[in-house]
Amino acid sequence: MTKAPILSVDGLRVTFRARGRTVTALRDVGFSLQAGKTLALVGESGSGKSVTSLALLGLLPPNGAVAGGNAFYRSRNGETVDLAGLSARAFRKIRGREIAMIFQEPMSSLNPLFSIGEQIGEMLDLHEDLDAATRRRRIVEMLELVEIPAAASRLSSYPHELSGGMRQRVMIALALVCAPQLLIADEPTTALDVTVQAQILELMRRLQREMGMSILFITHDMGVVAEMADDVAVMYAGAVVEEAGVGELFAAPAHPYTRGLLASIPRPDRPEGERLKAIPGAVPPLFALPRGCAFAPRCSFALPACQRRVLLMEVAARHRAACIRAQEVLADA
Amino acid sequence: MPEPHSARPAGAAAETAAAAKTAAGEPLLSIRGLSKRYQTPRGTVHAVESVDLDIPRGSITGLVGESGSGKTTLGRTLLRLVEPSAGSIRFAGEDLTALSPRQMTAMRRRMQIIFQDPVSSLNPRLKVEHIVGEGLRAHGIGTRGERRDRVAALLEEVGLSADQMKRYPHEFSGGQRQRVGIARALALEPEFIVADESVSALDVSIQAQILNLLLDLRESRGLTMLFIAHDLSVVDYLCDRIAVMYLGRIVETGPARELVRAPAHPYARALLSAVPQPDPAAPRNREVLAGQIPSPLDPPSGCVFRTRCPRALQACAAAFPAPVAVGPGRFAHCINL
Repeated sequence: MTKAPILSVDGLRVTFRARGRTVTALRDVGFSLQAGKTLALVGESGSGKSVTSLALLGLLPPNGAVAGGNAFYRSRNGETVDLAGLSARAFRKIRGREIAMIFQEPMSSLNPLFSIGEQIGEMLDLHEDLDAATRRRRIVEMLELVEIPAAASRLSSYPHELSGGMRQRVMIALALVCAPQLLIADEPTTALDVTVQAQILELMRRLQREMGMSILFITHDMGVVAEMADDVAVMYAGAVVEEAGVGELFAAPAHPYTRGLLASIPRPDRPEGERLKAIPGAVPPLFALPRGCAFAPRCSFALPACQRRVLLMEVAARHRAACIRAQEVLADA
Repeated sequence: MPEPHSARPAGAAAETAAAAKTAAGEPLLSIRGLSKRYQTPRGTVHAVESVDLDIPRGSITGLVGESGSGKTTLGRTLLRLVEPSAGSIRFAGEDLTALSPRQMTAMRRRMQIIFQDPVSSLNPRLKVEHIVGEGLRAHGIGTRGERRDRVAALLEEVGLSADQMKRYPHEFSGGQRQRVGIARALALEPEFIVADESVSALDVSIQAQILNLLLDLRESRGLTMLFIAHDLSVVDYLCDRIAVMYLGRIVETGPARELVRAPAHPYARALLSAVPQPDPAAPRNREVLAGQIPSPLDPPSGCVFRTRCPRALQACAAAFPAPVAVGPGRFAHCINL
């Protein structure tokens, strides 16, 4: 039995004004995240995955705006809130306590002028009123939770004194201080070395188990997707083109782009001497998207009918793809 | 770990790999005891320490390691873009460290480098014709018209069109800019190319295009390459041989497939087990390393990995281990394999 999703996005549209013209960064984003699970939002540069996360937290830059669609979030007291078009004031109640976010580069979100103890303490003060001893104990507990060695002696350390992996741990501690229901993690391990990435992914899995939070995990790395996700939404040029459970997506991709993406990755079990099947061409710029399916110019399955708008359609149970030939793509596997 | 496929396609790639193996007796590049140390106010940084490495003619050798392993410094030192502190570099029978600056300039035609970031390594104010033809001009090769023809041919060889030579770098996508960087490196017909993280900044669908281009060029031109990367799946795909670095030292070398499938050195094992596999059903036998890489200002005595090694013994502190043969053409620097 599936519970109602904690986050359900449908037809989300985001536009940016730049030099007198309007660019549509998100055309049609839809996915749902089940409570306590991890949904990976995967795509290449310019696919709109980071814009999606900013829109969900009301953090779009001043020239960007939500221009359509819904993003229904179920808050901890059971209310349903539409994050699309929420006021700045209402977002302040959501961020931190309900939904928190971690980014790729911790240096840009940690304040270099304050010690890590001060920064975690400040976050605590926003939401709770604690006496000095309890406050200090809670800060140390948070640092211990993210496995920072000798946590009590680290309170007065500054971000620049920590390694990349330790900074990412501090950022996770900051995000989790208020025990949010939903964590949005935007490429949290992309800047890290692979052995450090393994430590951080392990930490995130443990914290999710212990705290029961849901994670929207944004990444371009299909290896990380395979490892972390329960469900996957694949983005291309501002739209979700496929959504499925992780096993199904890797075993039976129904959109030609997902298939091309998977065929582009060197796998350890490929036959020796076999060449990678690269996707020809490049992602079109957002201000010059083709009509209809944006992937059609690079797609070996493309037909003239692909110039018409295509929506996400059910291709199997809990598996949707935005392709008029999805059934043939599946059959061709 | 899956077994290597026994039924090998009789493709050109397999033939080239076989050719690389037969030529293994006479490496194009042979490094012995190469070190690069930097003096800083806080002490001596041991960036590269006593490295031995042979790169067989016609092969692609992968150099892998994490931040601070010294792989980029090693790549630059063996081209003498950075002067070594000690050791020898034999290239096509000549000791590069013994060459005068003038002789080195002539030698540079035969060895080129491709950088990670095509944006910052291409002069934004020059047209592609000038960028690709720069080396030809500097070495006084051909007339202007001949150089233009060469640039046109080079652009087509790397999958661009000749009429794109009139454009500026910003008019190209990331993948196309990397193709321009490759065309520039090829202009002087080098035998040897160092590719330093040349596909790391690219999206995977574009990365696959560039990897296949590098394989094509190896076949058509018989190029020898050192491919420096942190992405092990990419190295496994592209390379014939792999050398794994940690804290300035090479800890294991061997044929790519064997090394990736069954790494012997404890660091190589931890590194490879940390790579997320694009297969949700894959079993995860991860050896998560504790702690962080020590500072190259103060590397541990003896084996540099011993402070994080699950198999460390007291004897590991005595000296950096000599290479131990762990298979045909495979060596690991470890006393407790």
